[in-house]
Amino acid sequence: MNNAIFSLAHLYVLAGLVLAFVAVTTALDRNHPRRFGSAFFWGFYALVFLAGDLLPPAWIGAGVVAMAVIAGLRRVAPGPHETPALADYVARAQRLGNKLFLPALAIPGVAVVATLLAKQANFGGVGLLDKGNPTLAAVGMASVVALALACWLARETPAQGLREARRLVDAMGWALVLPQMLAMLGLVFSDAGVGKAVAWVTTHYIAMDVRFVAVAVYVLGMALFTVIMGNGFAAFPVMTGGVGVPVLVGMFHANPASMAAIGMFSGYCGTLMTPMAANFNIVPAALLELPDKNAVIRAQWPTAVSVLVVNVFLLYFLLPRP
Amino acid sequence: MAPDVSLWPLIGVAVIIAGFVLRFNPMIVVIGAAIATACAAGFGPVATLTAIGSGFLKTRNLTLAIILPLATIGLIERHGLRQHAQAWIQRFRHATVGQLLIIYLAVREGLAAVGLTALGGHVQMVRPLIAPMAEGAAEARHGSLPDKVRWRLRAMAASADNVGLFFGEDIFVAFGAVVLITTFLHEAGIDVEPLHVALWGIPTAAVAFVVHAWRLHRIDAALARELGGKASADDATVATKEAAA
Repeated sequence: MNNAIFSLAHLYVLAGLVLAFVAVTTALDRNHPRRFGSAFFWGFYALVFLAGDLLPPAWIGAGVVAMAVIAGLRRVAPGPHETPALADYVARAQRLGNKLFLPALAIPGVAVVATLLAKQANFGGVGLLDKGNPTLAAVGMASVVALALACWLARETPAQGLREARRLVDAMGWALVLPQMLAMLGLVFSDAGVGKAVAWVTTHYIAMDVRFVAVAVYVLGMALFTVIMGNGFAAFPVMTGGVGVPVLVGMFHANPASMAAIGMFSGYCGTLMTPMAANFNIVPAALLELPDKNAVIRAQWPTAVSVLVVNVFLLYFLLPRP
Repeated sequence: MAPDVSLWPLIGVAVIIAGFVLRFNPMIVVIGAAIATACAAGFGPVATLTAIGSGFLKTRNLTLAIILPLATIGLIERHGLRQHAQAWIQRFRHATVGQLLIIYLAVREGLAAVGLTALGGHVQMVRPLIAPMAEGAAEARHGSLPDKVRWRLRAMAASADNVGLFFGEDIFVAFGAVVLITTFLHEAGIDVEPLHVALWGIPTAAVAFVVHAWRLHRIDAALARELGGKASADDATVATKEAAA
């Protein structure tokens, strides 16, 4: 049962309202450089959160295609935001001082406490957090609590919070939607049987009877397939089903636990190197206002490559000697 | 040898690679790859749009954790959170960028390893706190920073969050990855203890920490080389005293 105060359904509505606010204020903003494109983009995205389950999926699909085209034609842009001068910021910072840290730290803090207490919490048959995804529900709940705390400390209204949220949504632009687009692509890939095709190609064109080659194909294949899919979880069944279990365990008697752990981590090395893992690599670049969208990947790839090389040798030397 | 599976859906992979190599807008590349893959698998127009729409609906949870904290973070940024974080770290005159980010990496990886993945993240921690602190620590030592250096520090702060999270969470027994591994191997007829999978993750997690910490440590020397100023804490104390005199 997903009967909870902070259920995902409720949080979708909350996120939808934030996006609807962005869309409506954009549509009403006569000075906006890309008024109608941006308003449609955020408006349809709000609709997906507010009423997605009520609409036929094909309509949603058509809207998503339209969103991608609008973004591709550069019709999504930030609105004009008045930013206070740096001196104002510094003056305000002195007024609140270390209290400014409280709402920021309240988000992780409340999230962890809520996760720990959620099992006991029960309000007449209604739980506190969504049982399907308590961690995410906890972050949602913590965001609401932290917003209340921030409003109280700074003597602001939640409406000002929404205006600030719009400023940050505008700063990220379409990059905010990219993680979801890529996850959607992952699902389309698996519906269409891309994984099976990749496994067939790797196992049929590479000399898998050489121990080191087999290990390298598994480790690097996990990384490469994760780079393409953007997600180690999508790569794991393909590479472990195609190479890991039949070749490394079946022919070379690898320890399945160590093989799987090292394989999954090799996938994560791929995650560090791919724009497809947008929520870890592209969204932060947008959020930190970096002009180079691949700046975070550039900061990470040397670490990822080093760990991959170590993984190949680690898994190779862990294989039992013949 | 004729394949017993259709290789046509691989067109989607080719579209992705070509799109990113040619630097098209990622939204267009992704939607193009989705349409190409669906067509290659023999989906009709309505089935293609349905696959896209239902996939998009199922994955709404991904964006939730980014959207919901924005109002809070924006509000306290308006009241000078980032400027305060920069000023706050400058009180610790010995702190270098490298040390700060190594500590964050260690804390993030350690907390993720015990399942506390919610403590951290790009929206909640990196943008409002860690990146400004890194910039503040560098400014305290080297004076005002060129934009390029500022951007590199921010990217390194984001990388510390990612590396810590990824290599920490996989050694937590109850985390999705370990559950996925044991479930998949069970389906393949192999039973493993979740604890063994988690323990076998530790060597790689340790290597990732050491490699990334070493790279973060090297930022300090690189900053000193590019911007002048003092690389080590002792020199900085001297510099502060000289400045005071």
